[in-house]
Amino acid sequence: MKFKLKIWRQKNAKAKGYFEDFDVDNISPDTSFLEMLDILNNNLISAGKEPVAFDHDCREGICGMCSLYINGRAHGPDEDITTCQLHMRKFKDGDLITVEPWRSAAFPVVKDLVVNRNAFDQILQAGGFVSVNTGGVPDGNTIPISKLDADEAMDASACIGCGACVATCKNGSAMLFVAARVSALAKLPQGKVEAQQRAKAMVAKMDELGFGSCTNTQACQAECPKGISIAHIARLNREFLCAKLKD
Amino acid sequence: MSLSGLFLMIFLVVHVSLNLTALFSSKAYLAACEFMDTNLLVQVMVPVLALGFIVHIICSIIVTLRNQTARPVKYLVVNKAAASSWASKNMFVLGVIVLGFLGLHFFHFWAKMQLQHILGQEGANAYNLLIELFSKWYYCVLYIVWVIALYFHISHGFWSAFQSIGINNSKWLPRLQIIAKIYAIVVTLAFISIPIYFFFGIHFFGLQKLIIYHVQLGS
Amino acid sequence: MINTQLQSKVPDGPLHEKWTNHKSNIKVVSPANKRKLEIIVVGTGLGGASAAASLGELGYNVKVFCISDSPRRAHSIAAQGGINAAKNYQNDNDSIYRLFYDTIKGGDYRSREANVYRLAEVSPLIIDQCVAQGVPFAREYGGMLANRSFGGAQVSRTFYARGQTGQQLLLGAYAALNRQIASGNVKSYNRREMLDLVIIDGQAKGIIARNLETGEIERYGAHAVVIATGGYGNAFFLSTNAMNSNGSAMIQCYKRGAFFANPCYAQIHPTCIPVHGEQQSKLTLMSESLRNDGRIWVPKKLEDVEKLRKKQIKPSQIAEADRDYYLERRYPAFGNLVPRDVASRAAKERCDAGFGVNETGLAVFLDFSTAIERLGQKVIAERYGNLFQMYEKITDVNPYKEPMQIYPAIHYTMGGIWVDYNLMTTIPGLYAIGEANFSDHGGNRLGASALMQGLADGYFVLPYTIGDYLAKEIQTPKTNINHEAFNETEKQIKEKINKILNIKGKQPVDVIHKKLGRIMWEYVGMARNENGLKKALELIEEVRNEFWTDVLVPGTNTEFNQELEKAMRLVDFLEIGKLIALDALNRKESCGGHFREEMQTEDGETKRDDENYMHVAAWEYQGENKTPILHKEPLTYETVHVSTRNYKD
Repeated sequence: MKFKLKIWRQKNAKAKGYFEDFDVDNISPDTSFLEMLDILNNNLISAGKEPVAFDHDCREGICGMCSLYINGRAHGPDEDITTCQLHMRKFKDGDLITVEPWRSAAFPVVKDLVVNRNAFDQILQAGGFVSVNTGGVPDGNTIPISKLDADEAMDASACIGCGACVATCKNGSAMLFVAARVSALAKLPQGKVEAQQRAKAMVAKMDELGFGSCTNTQACQAECPKGISIAHIARLNREFLCAKLKD
Repeated sequence: MSLSGLFLMIFLVVHVSLNLTALFSSKAYLAACEFMDTNLLVQVMVPVLALGFIVHIICSIIVTLRNQTARPVKYLVVNKAAASSWASKNMFVLGVIVLGFLGLHFFHFWAKMQLQHILGQEGANAYNLLIELFSKWYYCVLYIVWVIALYFHISHGFWSAFQSIGINNSKWLPRLQIIAKIYAIVVTLAFISIPIYFFFGIHFFGLQKLIIYHVQLGS
Repeated sequence: MINTQLQSKVPDGPLHEKWTNHKSNIKVVSPANKRKLEIIVVGTGLGGASAAASLGELGYNVKVFCISDSPRRAHSIAAQGGINAAKNYQNDNDSIYRLFYDTIKGGDYRSREANVYRLAEVSPLIIDQCVAQGVPFAREYGGMLANRSFGGAQVSRTFYARGQTGQQLLLGAYAALNRQIASGNVKSYNRREMLDLVIIDGQAKGIIARNLETGEIERYGAHAVVIATGGYGNAFFLSTNAMNSNGSAMIQCYKRGAFFANPCYAQIHPTCIPVHGEQQSKLTLMSESLRNDGRIWVPKKLEDVEKLRKKQIKPSQIAEADRDYYLERRYPAFGNLVPRDVASRAAKERCDAGFGVNETGLAVFLDFSTAIERLGQKVIAERYGNLFQMYEKITDVNPYKEPMQIYPAIHYTMGGIWVDYNLMTTIPGLYAIGEANFSDHGGNRLGASALMQGLADGYFVLPYTIGDYLAKEIQTPKTNINHEAFNETEKQIKEKINKILNIKGKQPVDVIHKKLGRIMWEYVGMARNENGLKKALELIEEVRNEFWTDVLVPGTNTEFNQELEKAMRLVDFLEIGKLIALDALNRKESCGGHFREEMQTEDGETKRDDENYMHVAAWEYQGENKTPILHKEPLTYETVHVSTRNYKD
């Protein structure tokens, strides 16, 4: 297969970016999208040009490192996957593929398609944990947890922190990300204790970092590679309002 | 935002129910107007309603402006088919359309009715106003456009409000969305029925006589 | 030679009292003094994150480094199946001793007895800790923790969170780490890559790191350095490791004097998606838990194999009687749940005999039809849904209808930096934890034990043992990063970087890395022999020369430069590759993941040579182009009766 690529180039955070066009040829339909970029890069290097910088790591859809806004969709044209799991068979031979970095005030571009998602770390540092130290905890079976609750916590906890929700949201909101963590912990007795304070602290941090507000467009859940539901956002809102009412 | 929205949606139900009385008889309609003009609770609620609007509008402006800054560099390509509803992405624009008509609506009805009462003068006959305005096709079209914008606004706004105050979960999400659709359809159809009834009634079904009758009765 | 430097420091006393006694005897540091002490932790996987968090909680000043944009990206996140713990919740007669014994046996009697016992001993604490952190482990309807079975064990002791156990455990450790970062006890340095270890007066005192975003070379000092950078499986290029996983920190420590132990023990995981083409960048693992319900087979008849390769028939069309469930046939007692090395070799044996089921001849089937018939598709979907989905996304084949195709791939490295019982390396003040140390797994690691070891080291071992060393350092002032040793180390690094950038040859880094990978897989892979290993050493040297004369690294040092990162790592992979081959050549026996063709039983099983090789092989670096010196730490088994591994009955 062959493709035309239109890729965002930007030397560094401060430089002005632009789109550059490339052609790639001889791509097997079984090649993953990132492998296609590998091929492009090795061609570029051999031709004495600068390769395209992009984030990637595990290449099995769990580390959350890969990003890319492909033809107007976060993680490209397939459901419930990350870019590394996207395969070229999802495109038509000869397609023009536009590749852009995540766009968000809170995710500044580092280089080309690489963005800085440190804001997510900061949100989690604001309260995305259970305040227990190592050691001195009760036996794992001391508190029974209903299977349904554990399953729902797991649904939320499947978040890989890739940022597709922010990239997709027309408001650049990180609500689904925050909600996934808040909901995962609120669903378990161990995390319930601090649930309201956690929601308040994390939402405050999110607002401070320049993410937009949620207007319930549901775009985030449509593009979330782990299919995390906006129902978790409702839980976040509930915990948040309860915390605020107590203030 | 969500709380003011919910409040305004209750107001819509009250408003449209009163409108519907016009379909039955001018008497009923005028009686309803009379009730709204004199009931104490309603009088108390009027400023609250105004406040509801103001809060809703101010919040929406703040949120929209804030959200504008969250993505300083826009995408070149955006796939519009992504699974979020058109309404949800255009709430502000829809809100502006609704608000625009609200101004017109105020000018045509409120200014001639309620405002006159407030100024201590005799208000215009409400039923007369209906007939006068809805006999004009362009006013009817404008009205229907407004109601359609309102439909999109509230079909998203309804469940969205519940979502935002946390009254939602994975089971209720689809249910609330269906209820939102039903609510929006009912309210919309109810609103639309008025201009259609009057316009077609006046121009095709000889409601002309009735008009005179009603007007006479009213004045 | 038996070396006096290799003091394993295993405490005296009966096996089950060693750790308890040791804890009572080692020194502790008072809270006031902890505040004055600095610790560097490199790596934020399960080992690194749990260690940094726990040390932060204790009050030490911790600096934690990761190469990714966030600590959460560490490759522990990709572990799927589960984590072992001797809880005996299933009442199936599990115990600390049984977990210990299974691990020793699974490791083919090449691990240190006392370390393994300690690992089993602290394993139940890990589960309690993770539950307290809000890790959503799978539960039974009654609300109790659920378990599943894993390879190499006859009890059900594996705790899991769907097929994302590693992710959930890492999110737990990462959350604990975040809490410490927020409290100020831990400072996190993201997108920083350790480039060298700094030693002052024989003690590890700091690191030199490169800020990957700006290219700046930075200095960090501390009273102790902890290496938690995972394994070196990417020396093979194609592996289940993440693209950025590397062995560079280990090699830097090795070059600074830390001994490298058992490099030849690399685990080959039997259930990976087979290689599809030249351009493949990595191999995807399908969790071992699939072997709970999946049955592995190849056709009995070669003509069926032919038809499969030509796609004339579908696997589901082959009659039950014409299928060879070779693991069930060869190992009736454990069946499809034999340890990984055994399952991998059995797959290779069938494929070498011509029964490989895809075009390349390098694949076998993992079939769920029996399980789906027995339990229904819903139950199977609940257990493995995400894995099935992942398989279908990659291969375009629906595993509910047709069996998966799998083939072994490099997965985990049991070898690593040599450490004593306290997890300290041969360099005072330098510790290695998790996969980065030579570990508790001997010649082969059992499934669901890597997560256990990483967290055991980080939560419950290192925080105690490091105190014993730091108690002697309470008078030592903060490390001066303007010390001559820092200057000298930084100078060497800069020279190396400039040298690489100035080669300006013709080959991109990946091309050379693939060459190394092919040599490694061909001669140092699943089956090794003397001639092959010797050839590998020659070939690796050739590739190394190619690198230093013909690599093409674009860009500069003062910017975000992924090619430079890869090139620096490849330099170290070339070193590791040589070390693996050398160690494999030296170990003239088969044990665990190390299979020497010269040493096998009549039916193709591993044949150990306990008389000559019951030791840890620890290699000491001697300088560029010099053969490292081999040191041996004898392995003595006081409690376990050493026998031949038997999974047949």
